[in-house]
Amino acid sequence: MALTREQLAQRVAQELRDGFYVNLGIGIPTLVANYVPEGIDVMLQSENGLLGMGEFPTEETVDPDLINAGKQTVTTVTGASYFSSADSFAMIRGGNVDLTVLGAFEVDQNGNIASWMIPGKLVKGMGGAMDLVASAQNIVVTMTHANKKGESKLLKECTLPLTGAGCIKKIVSDLAYIEIHDGKFHLIERAPGVSVEEIVSKTAGELVVPDNVPEMRF
Amino acid sequence: MSGFNKVVTNYDEALDGLTDDMTLIVGGFGLCGIPEGLIAKIKQLGVHGLTCVSNNAGVDGFGLGLLLEDKQIRKMIASYVGENALFEKQLLSGELEVELTPQGTLAEKMRAGGAGIPAFFTPAGYGTPIAEGKEEREFNGKMHILEESITGEFALVKAWKADTMGNLVYRKTAMNFNPMAATAGKITVAEVEEIVEAGELDPNHIHTPGIYVNRVIKGTFEKRIEQLTLKK
Repeated sequence: MALTREQLAQRVAQELRDGFYVNLGIGIPTLVANYVPEGIDVMLQSENGLLGMGEFPTEETVDPDLINAGKQTVTTVTGASYFSSADSFAMIRGGNVDLTVLGAFEVDQNGNIASWMIPGKLVKGMGGAMDLVASAQNIVVTMTHANKKGESKLLKECTLPLTGAGCIKKIVSDLAYIEIHDGKFHLIERAPGVSVEEIVSKTAGELVVPDNVPEMRF
Repeated sequence: MSGFNKVVTNYDEALDGLTDDMTLIVGGFGLCGIPEGLIAKIKQLGVHGLTCVSNNAGVDGFGLGLLLEDKQIRKMIASYVGENALFEKQLLSGELEVELTPQGTLAEKMRAGGAGIPAFFTPAGYGTPIAEGKEEREFNGKMHILEESITGEFALVKAWKADTMGNLVYRKTAMNFNPMAATAGKITVAEVEEIVEAGELDPNHIHTPGIYVNRVIKGTFEKRIEQLTLKK
């Protein structure tokens, strides 16, 4: 069975380590915050200018001056700090964020990512995605393996305008955990009950399949 | 000390000298930390042909969205403009020009502009459509693109507190682009929630020193929330 949105978030959360500063994108990446493993402390960075983002507020604690990068009202955790957007991207470009999680339309076998623009449709903007992918050392892309028409999103070469070049090394899709190196996709884990054949058939780029592909564990 | 008294008491004085075709750097992220009263006054003044540099373009009927109603903005430089139907309409009809800029690059363009640095190399956007026509160079084995800094005739910022000398303190994430915007204007106007006497703000806690600020006006703020999200 393909992973649900919640299971995707749960699998990505296994990449968290104690003491990590983490930037989570909008959508499924945001859900990762709900599955931080027991005994692990992470600080969430929100690129508008907040380190130490907490849960959503109650009606009593809501504050219009306190929002996240998705413009949602949030709270802070102990040890939080506020700073300017220039400082925020200084810490991102400077390589201080330990893990960045974001979604994508397409990723190719050379680690290129397209996530912001579909020609012919209205372009809303890249927000902070280009800065994030260009600089972060440890990026996890989480997305469905194929689009709604069943077409692979793991390609030989991205067809859409890029967000960043040669920057993606890890993908958690609803079918598999895949790493990218040497210009190829490498199958590392498969979703429980999903066959290697299905993953191969839904991967348009070159995929290296080892003899043994373990199932993800939750 | 009157030479250092930056306080103005009405919006006409606050925006004195603002004319058609100027470039305005405007602080804020979404609707958070925007100079609401200054934007409303620009609508009333009716100036046209503006270039607005701001992370977003407001929403229909609020924030910079107000200035779209009478087509006062000719060009928008922003990182994300998805929240605004009127914006979309004017963009598709060709009445409005938009230059999409990565968020970190936009912040740095303001910061560098205010700091007298005319351009800088960044890895953000290399290999993407925004790199087209820009100089590329390799540093430490990694490719970068040259981005030019931005300054404006006016910078309009929102702060929590100011003292009469123009020293500013921001509140929570309403800080966002405001500190950089404040440095990048030839004339910087700060609209604030509270003005205190010089000496009342702790010099240790000032975010923007008064040297960057030309005028301070006390505003009243609606602080509209774009995405009210509560704990379930």
